[in-house]
Amino acid sequence: MKFQIPSLIMAILERDLRLALRHGADTLGAVLFFILAGALFPLALGPSPELLRRMAPGIVWVCALLAALLPLDRLFGAELEDGSLDQLLMTGLPASLIALAKMMAHWLTTGLPLLLAAGPLAIMLGMPTGSMVVLLTGLFLGTLILSLIGGMAASVVLGARRGGVLLPLLVLPLTTPALIFGAAALDAAQTGLSWGPDLELLGAFLAAAIPLCPLAAGAGLRAAVE
Amino acid sequence: MENISVFRGERLVLDRVGFTLDAGDALLLTGPNGAGKSTLLRVLAGLRKPEGGHVLWSGVDALADRSQHAGRVAYLGHQDALKLGLTLRENLTLAARASGGNPDLCMKSLNISGLADLPARMLSAGQKRRAALARVLLAQAPLWLLDEPSLGLDINTMGLLGTLFAAHRQAGGIVIATTHVPLPLPNARTLALPGLNESDIPQPMEDFPEDDLL
Repeated sequence: MKFQIPSLIMAILERDLRLALRHGADTLGAVLFFILAGALFPLALGPSPELLRRMAPGIVWVCALLAALLPLDRLFGAELEDGSLDQLLMTGLPASLIALAKMMAHWLTTGLPLLLAAGPLAIMLGMPTGSMVVLLTGLFLGTLILSLIGGMAASVVLGARRGGVLLPLLVLPLTTPALIFGAAALDAAQTGLSWGPDLELLGAFLAAAIPLCPLAAGAGLRAAVE
Repeated sequence: MENISVFRGERLVLDRVGFTLDAGDALLLTGPNGAGKSTLLRVLAGLRKPEGGHVLWSGVDALADRSQHAGRVAYLGHQDALKLGLTLRENLTLAARASGGNPDLCMKSLNISGLADLPARMLSAGQKRRAALARVLLAQAPLWLLDEPSLGLDINTMGLLGTLFAAHRQAGGIVIATTHVPLPLPNARTLALPGLNESDIPQPMEDFPEDDLL
């Protein structure tokens, strides 16, 4: 065997990042949605700083969750449609590692930009700068979880009719624990309570998702090309 | 010596098809549309599991380790599997990384070196097919599985394909191709798949009421 697993994973990542740069509008779509959705809340709730400050953690987390869903449909869908998925599987890389590489690409093209946009959005909503570290740490773990669970769900619905409708129905319930712990950590930070345990639970959730989600996603990919 | 024998029983599409090939052999799969030619190729490539039967490589079950089997196979699907936003060279990078082959050499043998830095969206159908064939060369695999390789190719490229086939078989490689037109494969054996009787064709899914399925 001439191929090496890390170099192939890097090649898939490189390819996806290059594609994301070439199709910049698609890539920015999720971040713009995130910012716009977040900006709608002050308009709908009224400009009371106290109210917005209290709701900011929930707003940022829910908007990030929904924004990360947007590109999931195309994550494997585009590969299946143009036959690239067959060629990816024919590289000899195990299907679960192909899925892992695609999930990493999803995080780099969606999770990371969301993370960068979350700071300005939080400041706009009046979140105290003291809890910014908690927000970004929580979102860092949270976006990774989203990419893993989202990638798993995307591969499971791959090839199903109306997969796009099914996808949020599958992803959102599975990611609610991340939402609860992430927002709870922020809440705790704002009220001066200890936020460590919530972030630790988030980390534990991520630790469980890292091995399990790619395995399930790999099986989904194999089933999709049958 | 390479030796493949396939025995596969699936209720509808392929019913107990079997054959054996030696190094340097070529096999043409023919048959009417829907006879299962592409399905058979996908089984041989390890993309699909047969419901019954085995694919043997030198007497060992090839599909037991599909990652290893992938290293022996170069698969050309119905689609060219090119990313339209990437240049030709970028499209071949992943396959080159997997096999350690040289993409420039393969593009040259298919006469598309001049297109290497053009995005795939600017290529014609025949040029895309040639790019997909370059990826087959790039895989440096002993077994070529080609699903209608001549699709969209001009006469000159067909001649080129003949030379490539000959060189591959000379080196002990095997070519299995589905086709509806004559391919430049001298002394190739032909396996005609019978296709289905009208009464065997299952009802298409679309006939069911949509709401019952979701």
